[in-house]
Amino acid sequence: MTVHNLYIFDRNGSCLFYNEWNRKKQAGISKDEEFKLMYGMLFSIRSFVSKMSPQDMKDGFLSFQTSKYRLHYYETASGLMFVMNTDLSVSNARDTLQHIYSNLYVELIVKNPLCPSSQTLDSELFSSRLDSFIRSLPYYSPRAA
Amino acid sequence: MVIFSVYVVNKAGGLIYQYDNYVPRTEVEKTFSHPLDLVLKHHDDKVVVSFGQRDGIKVGHALLSINGVDVLGKNTADGKDILEYLKDPANYPVSIRFGRARLSSNEKLMLASMFHSLFAIGSQLSPEVGSSGIEMLETDVFKLHCFQTLTGIKFIVLADPRQSGIDTLLKKIYEIYSDFALKNPFYSLEMPIRCELFDQNLKSALEVAEKAGNFGAGS
Repeated sequence: MTVHNLYIFDRNGSCLFYNEWNRKKQAGISKDEEFKLMYGMLFSIRSFVSKMSPQDMKDGFLSFQTSKYRLHYYETASGLMFVMNTDLSVSNARDTLQHIYSNLYVELIVKNPLCPSSQTLDSELFSSRLDSFIRSLPYYSPRAA
Repeated sequence: MVIFSVYVVNKAGGLIYQYDNYVPRTEVEKTFSHPLDLVLKHHDDKVVVSFGQRDGIKVGHALLSINGVDVLGKNTADGKDILEYLKDPANYPVSIRFGRARLSSNEKLMLASMFHSLFAIGSQLSPEVGSSGIEMLETDVFKLHCFQTLTGIKFIVLADPRQSGIDTLLKKIYEIYSDFALKNPFYSLEMPIRCELFDQNLKSALEVAEKAGNFGAGS
C-alpha cells in the first residue's frame, strides 16, 4: 500500500507539478525528459483507446497496471491531467484525483490571483496541503523496504 | 459479458493475428433538412461529426451512407465530395447514416505497434524496480489485457470490464498458438498466422471464456 508519485499536466503538455513519495526507481533520464515521455505516453494512450474502443466512451482512459504498479488517470474538461502512480492494491483512485483537483488545485491555485496557472506551480501552500493530503490517504503507508 | 477482439503482436511490434469476436452495432440513420444541424469535417479520409450530438449521433461518428447508398471515404458513391454535396439545398431532404467507423486493417497494424511502444514506455516510467510493461489497461467501456511471453510475443484481449477469467484465456491462447501455429510446418516465425486450426481453436476458447467468466449484474 503506497503512493509512488503524482504528476499534473496542463492541456499543452507542460508539467505543472510533480512530487514523489515512495519512488524506488528513477527513469534514468532528466526530469524534463521524463515529463515529456509521460505526457507523450498519456497522449498516445488517449488516442489509442478512442480508436480501439468498440463503443462510444464517456470517461475514456481510467488506469493501467503493470506487474509492479498502477497508474491512475483523471482528466478535467479543461484538459488538466492528474496522474498518480500507486502500488497494485489501490484499485480506484478516481475520487482522490478528483479531490486534488476540486479541493486543492481550484481552491489554492485557480483562486489565487498571484498564481499564474500556466507554468510550474510554485505555491508553497498548495505543495504542503497536497503533501499532507496524500500522506493522510488510507493507502499511503510507506513500508520500510 | 463479451470478449470484443484478440490481437497477437510479434516481438518487433508487427500485428500477426487479429480477430474481431463481437462488434457492437452503433449506427443511427436519420433524415435531415437544410441546413444540416451537425458540423462535419474531414478526418483521416472520412467525414466525421465534429460538433452537435443528437439522437444517438455522437461526436467522432463517421458518415457511413447517404440515402441508403454507402459512401467511399470522403466521396459519395458517384464520386462527389460529401461536404460539397451536403452544402447544396437541392439535395435535401437527405437521409444519412452515422456510426463508429470500423478499423481498417492498416489502422489495426498501426494500433498494434502503438501498443508495443506504450508497453515499453510503461515499463520505463515505472517507479518500482523490475516492472513489466502494461498488463491491463482500463477504460469505462472495455479492458485491454496483455500477456507477453518470454519470447516477446504479446497476446492482447479486449473484453468487457466485468469479464473475468481473462488470465486463463490468455494462457490458453498461448497454448493454442504453440500447438497450432508453431507446430505447423508451413508457418514461418514472426509472420501473420494463417492456420485454420488456430482459428477454430481460438474461437472455441473464446466461447468457453465468455460462458465461464461472469461477474456483476447487467448481462
